[in-house]
Amino acid sequence: MIPAKFDYVRPSTVEEAVSALQQGGDDAKIIAGGQSLLPVLRLRLAAPSVVIDLGGIPELRRIAEDGDRIAIGAMAPHHDVMRDDLVKEHVTLLSQATATVADPQVRHRGTLGGALAHADPAGDLGAVALALEAEFVIAGSSGTRTVPAAEFFVDYFTTAIGEGEILTQVRFPKYTGWSTHYEKFNRTAQAWSMVAVAAALRVEGGSIAEARIGLTNMGTTPIRATGVEQALVGQPATADSVRAAAEHATEGTAAPSDADAAADYREHLAKVLTGRAVLAAAG
Amino acid sequence: MAEVRVTVDGVNYADEVEPRMLLVQYLRERLGKTGTLIGCDTSNCGACTVHLNGQSVKSCSVLAVQADGGEVLTIEGLARDGELHPVQKAFNECHGLQCGYCTPGMIMAAVDLLGDNPDPDEGEVREGIEGNLCRCTGYQNIVRSVQRAAQMMKPGASAPTETPAPVAGD
Ligand SMILES: Cc1cc2nc3c(=O)[nH]c(=O)nc-3n(C[C@H](O)[C@H](O)[C@H](O)COP(=O)(O)OP(=O)(O)OC[C@H]3O[C@@H](n4cnc5c(N)ncnc54)[C@H](O)[C@@H]3O)c2cc1C
Ligand code: FES
Ligand code: FES
Repeated sequence: MIPAKFDYVRPSTVEEAVSALQQGGDDAKIIAGGQSLLPVLRLRLAAPSVVIDLGGIPELRRIAEDGDRIAIGAMAPHHDVMRDDLVKEHVTLLSQATATVADPQVRHRGTLGGALAHADPAGDLGAVALALEAEFVIAGSSGTRTVPAAEFFVDYFTTAIGEGEILTQVRFPKYTGWSTHYEKFNRTAQAWSMVAVAAALRVEGGSIAEARIGLTNMGTTPIRATGVEQALVGQPATADSVRAAAEHATEGTAAPSDADAAADYREHLAKVLTGRAVLAAAG
Repeated sequence: MAEVRVTVDGVNYADEVEPRMLLVQYLRERLGKTGTLIGCDTSNCGACTVHLNGQSVKSCSVLAVQADGGEVLTIEGLARDGELHPVQKAFNECHGLQCGYCTPGMIMAAVDLLGDNPDPDEGEVREGIEGNLCRCTGYQNIVRSVQRAAQMMKPGASAPTETPAPVAGD
């Protein structure tokens, strides 16, 4: 099927994009890489009257060092994010998780900002942004505001991006030298995560000094496994202590039941995968 | 209506299109390039894979207007001077197809992969063509074809083509 009719604009600045979005009102839709939006339009699950393409704003693709952060433009494609040297060095976990997203063709078009704005609970990058305490820069008619990851993910497919606003940048603190791993569980190629676990550790003299753990697809939003983090700190990175800490992985979760897995199976997976992710990170 | 200017398989085009027109529709219905196929409504199958500005994309998941100013390479532009591209030859030699429906997309994905990684092992081939589904072959001969093509394209290899056509990727 092909999408229903719409008007199309390709602004060349963020300001123009914001004003086009405000003029379009309720019926306007941003298109980034289109990898989630175009299937939705083709199946006619949505029929916006105007589609605003952010592809004409080159600054939104930039990945740069900004003091103690790595600032990634919302339109940076997955392919660029996973190969970028700054990201590999300072935000390794993001590079690792991005490499598990979809397939090469989708990674050439799909963007970091699009994936995070779409906020599919099965998406892989939300758990990483949450665990790593990223900040989201959002532009609207009255300028820009910055939202911490802990407040960005509101609900199923819902974020803190308001009507008439555009996500322009995601800023990650540097985790230089941290040990990281993204453990994704699915059964077929190019499949979404049934459950996945993002783990970043700072290991000092054989024991875990700091830990950041994020869970994918264990609720309507990505979830930070703070219980696991607390249980890991001060422990040696051995199989026994890590498995004991991983028992906390289901605290505060609300795993969905769907055709892929029942909630209790997801809970089992969350514990097992947390153990695997932490042990793999600790190497 | 919106204007789209693109180079497709080395030829420049300028057309008025509806913004909702998908790149794959533009290629097939406007330009008659029916070598690029449509196999699904969900961006999964990869039958529609072409290269846009040197990278593989699913042309059912790109609007024609998003390709404006860009360069598109389809399966129909791979052969040079009547010589098939080494990846096309390898699919032929190794029986990398049965019904052939997935083949144009598979070949375009493989050309991209080999531009990126000229000597992939079996696992890397399987990941490189992860975005392409085949309902017939069970993939064994497709993987073999891609690895055979990699051998043929090695510098100094006794490739049947003297100069393998340039490949996309970065
Ligand atoms: C076959 C397939 C498999 C996939 N597998 C995975 C997977 O395993 N893991 C995973 O994480 N993802 C997966 N994805 C999704 C992929 O990551 C998409 O790239 C992503 O969900 C959307 O990014 P996009 O740039 O294409 O956004 P689009 O599709 O263009 O937009 C998505 C939504 O976000 C809004 N939006 C986009 N950018 C902005 C912005 N800057 N500001 C405000 N709103 C914005 C749009 O209006 C739209 O509602 C898959 C997709 C496909 C087609
Ligand atoms: S037609 Fe199936 S992915 Fe494009
Ligand atoms: S050969 Fe028939 S789908 Fe691949």
